[in-house]
Amino acid sequence: MSSVIFEKTPYLSDKQFHYCPGCNHGIIHRLVAECLEETGKGADIIGVAPVGCSVFAYDYFNVDMFEAAHGRAPAVATGIKRAKPDSLVFTYQGDGDLASIGTAEVVHAAHRGEKIVTIFVNNAIYGMTGGQMAPTSLVGQKTTTSPYGRDEDWCGAPIKMSEMLAQVPGSYYIERCAVNNNANIIKTKNAIKKAFRYQMEGKGFCMIEVLSTCPTNWGLSPVEAMKWLEENMIPYYPLGVCKDKGAE
Amino acid sequence: MSLTLMKGSEAIAEAAIRAGARFFFGYPITPQTEIPEYMSARMPEIGGCFLQAESEVAAINMVYGAAGTGARVITSSSSPGVSLKQEGISYMAGAQLPAVILNVMRGGPGLGSIQASQGDYFQAVKGGGNGDYHLLTYAPSSIQEAINIMQFAYDKAEKYRVPCMFLADGVMCQMMEPVEMPPMVEYKATRENKPWAAHGYKPGDAPERRAVINSLFINTEELSVHNDHLQAIYREIEKNEKMWECYNTEDAEIIITAFGTVARIAKTAADILRGKGYKVGVFRPITVWPFPSEELKAAVSGCDAILDVECNEGQMMEDVRLAVGDSKPVHYFGHCGSQIPTTEEIVAEVIKLKEGM
Repeated sequence: MSSVIFEKTPYLSDKQFHYCPGCNHGIIHRLVAECLEETGKGADIIGVAPVGCSVFAYDYFNVDMFEAAHGRAPAVATGIKRAKPDSLVFTYQGDGDLASIGTAEVVHAAHRGEKIVTIFVNNAIYGMTGGQMAPTSLVGQKTTTSPYGRDEDWCGAPIKMSEMLAQVPGSYYIERCAVNNNANIIKTKNAIKKAFRYQMEGKGFCMIEVLSTCPTNWGLSPVEAMKWLEENMIPYYPLGVCKDKGAE
Repeated sequence: MSLTLMKGSEAIAEAAIRAGARFFFGYPITPQTEIPEYMSARMPEIGGCFLQAESEVAAINMVYGAAGTGARVITSSSSPGVSLKQEGISYMAGAQLPAVILNVMRGGPGLGSIQASQGDYFQAVKGGGNGDYHLLTYAPSSIQEAINIMQFAYDKAEKYRVPCMFLADGVMCQMMEPVEMPPMVEYKATRENKPWAAHGYKPGDAPERRAVINSLFINTEELSVHNDHLQAIYREIEKNEKMWECYNTEDAEIIITAFGTVARIAKTAADILRGKGYKVGVFRPITVWPFPSEELKAAVSGCDAILDVECNEGQMMEDVRLAVGDSKPVHYFGHCGSQIPTTEEIVAEVIKLKEGM
């Protein structure tokens, strides 16, 4: 006799992901959905999808969803949360969306201490448009708009959003994670869960940055991409808590 | 009837609250800053929400978020700020979110001036943001008229699921007039009156209860169906919602076309001209989208000529010409750059036109 010992969380829809093989969005989506299930019971849950690879997140998270203009998810989430203060509101954004075109919106959502959770997936590249340089692309990284490698003198050094937002007085909890191995996946889930719990407790702005691979646009196999993330991204974007007012 | 002397900006803000608006997101810009100032004091008194955004871009996206939950939301700005809002307005049109957006027009292009202007007519009625869409656009010419229109603006926006724009100007918001305020409306969004809004959904609920507020249709066939649906709505609005005023047009030999504050000045000029024996009337679109084309054509059928008067380079004149075709000569008088046409100028222009006939 067989018995079911594991089921996909119902907070993820049955719609098949469109993500490329080896992309980390699938893992991160599942972690977010499991955390919604475990912490969001009793609250209306509303998510805001970005523009970028996760633009179709509104099809995947099985809750009320908004699709925002590029970079504006924190402003849309602000309007939602102010109108429905008892709901659990999250944005899911990539690095082009959050760290480039949407810097004003995320900085000021943090600044106001907006009671929302932002899941920030940083893969150091523009995925959806086909691999252009992002503010987060590493120095020397070759992309379709930095074919000779990112030149720090010309384009600046990669922006560290978690460290930056931790400096904003209104932010409550900021942590950088990765999903490159089982231990880090568990850590990521715990961080997302903590952020949702803080929101349910009425605390301020929380952001979980999750480092992610982009095998397709990095031109690497999924395994090579994970290795590249470990050898190049994690040293520049160190994992760990940047700020946690709840632990102070 | 009790009249209160109120500044235009504050009266329009209060009218929105009386119409059930409980959320305001905005950013300071002259000459409309009194609206956010008023809202910041008034919203907390009635359990509403005032939030000063970091930019007009953020403000309109906050409107998008709050409107998607079903709330009655308002934002206001002036020309350069309304330009910044165009992205969000296009997304709201695409996602079919009702809300009220006030444009207190000032001079342009660019930073322009802080004085009244009508230079954003094209932006308001011909698009503004990307894509094929229209806003139900009202151009009131008095504070009381703005108040009266506000009383049904949310109902109309919600009926058709379109953003509604008020095309006002710096004069209307800076002047004071005695006005009558309507009673307070308490509005509550429900699954019955707004089934599309985010009312709360959890896995296991009926799928149609899940809200997806979205303007993306990656499949072109689906986008085409969506656009056809929007266009069908616009045709309905054109059929049902046109508003206009004919002022002494029945026997008029010259009919002035004008909107908003300028139409008010034109009516005074027409009165003066009547006193001098000139048969002059004014046709005033109250909705500038939908533009009352057939109504204008009917109103001018007996006149000799049309004089379009605007505080811009004659933007509405394009719609006037589309309405009347070659059936009547259409002349223009006006100024760009916040130089509002005066009564005396309009009187002189009509006399000049008449004498040249």
